[in-house]
Amino acid sequence: MFDLSPADWTAVALSLRIAIVATACALPFGIAVGWILARRNFWGKTLLDGLVHLPLVLPPVVTGYMLLISFGRRGPIGAFLYDHFGIVFSFRWTGAALACGVMGFPLLVRPIRLALEAIDSRLEDAAATLGANSVLVLFTVTLPLALPGIIAGVLLCFARALGEFGATITFVSNIPGETQTISAAIYTLTQVPGGDAAAGRLVLVAIALALAALIAAEVFSRRAATRFHGE
Amino acid sequence: MIVLAVDVEKQLGALHLTVGFQATRGATALFGPSGAGKTSVVNMIAGLLNPDRGKITLDDTVLFDSRQGVNVAPHRRRIGYVFQEGRLFPHLSVRQNLDYGRRVSGHPRDAGEFERIAKLLDIGHLLDRRPGKLSGGERQRVAVGRALLIRPRLLLLDEPLASLDVAHKREILPYLVRLRDDGGIPIVYVSHTPAEVRRIATTVVRLAAGRVTATGGAELLAAADEDAFV
Repeated sequence: MFDLSPADWTAVALSLRIAIVATACALPFGIAVGWILARRNFWGKTLLDGLVHLPLVLPPVVTGYMLLISFGRRGPIGAFLYDHFGIVFSFRWTGAALACGVMGFPLLVRPIRLALEAIDSRLEDAAATLGANSVLVLFTVTLPLALPGIIAGVLLCFARALGEFGATITFVSNIPGETQTISAAIYTLTQVPGGDAAAGRLVLVAIALALAALIAAEVFSRRAATRFHGE
Repeated sequence: MIVLAVDVEKQLGALHLTVGFQATRGATALFGPSGAGKTSVVNMIAGLLNPDRGKITLDDTVLFDSRQGVNVAPHRRRIGYVFQEGRLFPHLSVRQNLDYGRRVSGHPRDAGEFERIAKLLDIGHLLDRRPGKLSGGERQRVAVGRALLIRPRLLLLDEPLASLDVAHKREILPYLVRLRDDGGIPIVYVSHTPAEVRRIATTVVRLAAGRVTATGGAELLAAADEDAFV
């Protein structure tokens, strides 16, 4: 349909893989942070809230550079992970996933937090009187009730990860087949003579993917919402 | 025989709650005006609110004892609790709501017991609906059934009829009376409505401003009717 070259397909598949891995890995942390922000009061809560939202307001290149100096091979965290677990982020697709996860994190946390704040905690008390311990309450009452917010957060994070450019290219560069996502491929094509047609095809793919994510978000959250109000 | 013994103290904002009473089999009504601390007392029995000081025992089990540092978690108390607003889980069907206690405790399915309670409360035809599609009276009957299906050692009913109109109240009261008479489960019934208490209670504990002002039978209600609380 889009008549893509093998190189284009590589970029599309890589973008999808990076966005899916980034979102899946960020989700447990997003739920945990959303829960803490919604339910706990502690000293430094405003600071945590600010840190979570930082990637949203910082220039992406700043986030990417901070990832490079901390998670790069010689960065303190990057060196630790390499020495102890053999994990490398710099100039790998895993690094792109990390950058995308960090950039999408605020968009993931916010709807989850709002959904958790909207839950009537008296339902959780009711579950406890019926014999559910706190872990069971979380998985049978709290999270199912927060599902519309979790779905919204996941799709916003996924869409953000799919389109991420600045932090990714700063952190892991623009290597075809390893870190060159759709965005980076379009950028490269616009820098070479005669690349317009190929760039145009990838632009169409980007639009199609973004639309699909938005429609999926709408369908899933509507389905989750109607579950609560009967058939 | 004494089933439940409560002797607790708690500061709740401006209200200093000091409540002591004992309940036997049958239905014990906690009766008094709004703000007397009735709901706080049942929340303490259920373990949802911790007393500052005191002791709560159910049968031979100490549920709470500030001196010995005992505080059994709510999910281990096996006390059925029917809340004023039902609190059915909106994301589960009626059947799943009823089955919730059994599932989280990992007990095997007991179809006979399920049938018996569905029949007792006349909710068999509602099983596949969502709580959002039930009337107020149906919702409260399901809430009672859900609490009964954990095979509770004690049943707490906190103003279960307060959110219902007169017709629905009349619809539920007979079920509660039947429950008291053939259930064998002791009941603590919170209410500020003399007519309800007269129908249900075998023992009446009157509360006002966080204190027990009288304990006895239904004769307490005659005096209470003349009091100026509504």
